Amino acid sequence: MKRPCDHCHKERAALKRPKTSEQLCKACFYSAFEEEVHETICKTKIFRRGEAVAIGVSGGKDSTVLAHVLSLLNQRHDYGLQLFLLSVDEGITGYRDHSLDTVRRNEQQYSIPLKIVSYKDLYGWTMDEIVKQIGTKSNCTFCGVFRRQALDRGAVLLNADKIATGHNADDVAETVLLNLIRGDLPRLARCTNIITGEDSPLPRVKPFKYTYEKEIVMYAYFKRLDYFSTECVYAPFAARGAARDFVKQLEQARPRAILDLITSGESFRIGDTAQLKLPTPGNCTRCNYISSQPVCKACVLLEGLNSGQPRLGVARSRGSKKKGNPTPPGATPLPAVPSHPASSIHSTSSPEAATLSSSEKHSTDCELHAGSAPLDQGVNSASSCRGSSSNNHNSQKLAALQQDRRLESACSCRHGACRDQQNGGMPGIDFREQLDPAWLAAAVETSGVSAEESGVFASAASMAQTSGAAALHRNDNRHVPASSSPDAAERNLVQQSAAGKERGASLPDAMSMLHVGDGCCNGSCRGAAHHRSDDGQTRPSSTAVNSCLTQLSL
Amino acid sequence: MVAVTIELSGGLEALFGEQKTLKANVPSSGQLTASQLIKWTRDNLVVERADLFVQGNSVRPGILVLINDTDWELCGLLNAEIEDGDTVVFISTLHGG
Repeated sequence: MKRPCDHCHKERAALKRPKTSEQLCKACFYSAFEEEVHETICKTKIFRRGEAVAIGVSGGKDSTVLAHVLSLLNQRHDYGLQLFLLSVDEGITGYRDHSLDTVRRNEQQYSIPLKIVSYKDLYGWTMDEIVKQIGTKSNCTFCGVFRRQALDRGAVLLNADKIATGHNADDVAETVLLNLIRGDLPRLARCTNIITGEDSPLPRVKPFKYTYEKEIVMYAYFKRLDYFSTECVYAPFAARGAARDFVKQLEQARPRAILDLITSGESFRIGDTAQLKLPTPGNCTRCNYISSQPVCKACVLLEGLNSGQPRLGVARSRGSKKKGNPTPPGATPLPAVPSHPASSIHSTSSPEAATLSSSEKHSTDCELHAGSAPLDQGVNSASSCRGSSSNNHNSQKLAALQQDRRLESACSCRHGACRDQQNGGMPGIDFREQLDPAWLAAAVETSGVSAEESGVFASAASMAQTSGAAALHRNDNRHVPASSSPDAAERNLVQQSAAGKERGASLPDAMSMLHVGDGCCNGSCRGAAHHRSDDGQTRPSSTAVNSCLTQLSL
Repeated sequence: MVAVTIELSGGLEALFGEQKTLKANVPSSGQLTASQLIKWTRDNLVVERADLFVQGNSVRPGILVLINDTDWELCGLLNAEIEDGDTVVFISTLHGG
């Protein structure tokens, strides 16, 4: 009854592949599984040499296998990618705390630096606190909206070029069905794209788009990968939608149905009328996060929470009614200046993992410059980048990003969260503040966190110390060197980043990317009144600075 | 009686009182099949939400079954024969990832 493997004809077959009906032994299955993902990556050109990729990891099966396989393929096929693990801590006791333990183990197992961003730091609320306010009926709305932004914000903090998620073929097939059922043609047109992110600051890619869930689970099981599979305490068995069940039933009857559903989704040609309904990306007037509405969903939800009307954003009372100056009932008022800003460090990265060696980094920069050449089988371009200015680096990188995402009209400065707390916006993160190496250096001095202990943080700080980068956005009275002009400081950083920087030094590099010129965001991220002082220079109000620092969690 | 080790993962543990491994002696008059084992497991071991484990006369679609580390699709699915000392693994693929 037990047949030998269809490939090697030696070992006993261990599973039947749903995609091909082949019966393979474990070794041949691993090989087929990994190489198919490699093929997808090459054919769809979702990565480019030198890119920093944040892998969204929850500790669950899909993302754990994704981290494992990407790490493996990156080495095996020399993708030249810099990988990060990025997790979101929703603040759910008994669930996320345990899954984060898994992610921390993954960090060690795969030697990929980990960054955890928490709802508490980003929004001032944990999910536990939110559920206390609203109960367990609409809590998933909050969680979903907040998580999406949190992933983006975490990826920006890592200076990542892309976010890779573990969405698999079953997920995509289910999405096609759901959009069809809902008659959501614009989404139907987009949902099978392997690169998405029209409504996010960063592109999102799905390397597992054609990978069956069954194979992911079998891979994890046979390889004894360390993953977490407990249900969320607030939504046990929530993923059991009718569409999901239907997809599984279709698969049972005819396994290829999943791929065929994806093919159907890819093949739809949506008419002009539907195209017109695609939302025009703009920016939230409060937090500057990319949004098709004047106020993004997260800010609406947060306003409800902070004003004691938690159902504000849930109950379809869309809009942004001014609530005066709401005081968060559950959230701690933002202190003026944090006494130990570095105490909120979440990165558990080791310095070795966080910082590439100088030779690696040089190679990364060269490759980055070389291109925009997408990864391809056997392609290993190595043109020299000597003599080119960092401005070119950044401009090219930015231009490539914009072109990729066809978002010329949207702000690409990644300056997603400068905001004024007094305007009723959400507690803010100013990424420029986050990335300010001079501030980081000062924080190291005051926090007592040694450079060796602080991973990514340390590399940023040491860069700041060696480069002498001046502070940006600094007009308060902390003991931080201030430049004569923020713009001058930016120019300094651009120049400095041209002179032999390391990828770990991507923090100053990232700062220069924030404003590489007028082509960046057309100044829209400087447009907020609180960011423009009398002399025309761009600075945040001290309130914004304080709020940014309070929330800082690099 | 057929002695079977039943392992649960992927979130199915929650339906079995958070147990990951169970040793069971399954009564059987003749050859024990996977179909009989699933029914017996549902009736005797599942402590809550049996509908998340069984649908119709089989496991719910989306639950993988391995018999001695081999996909049960290679062993005859519901007609697969379970021997004394076998290990049967049920893995849910339906949890988040």
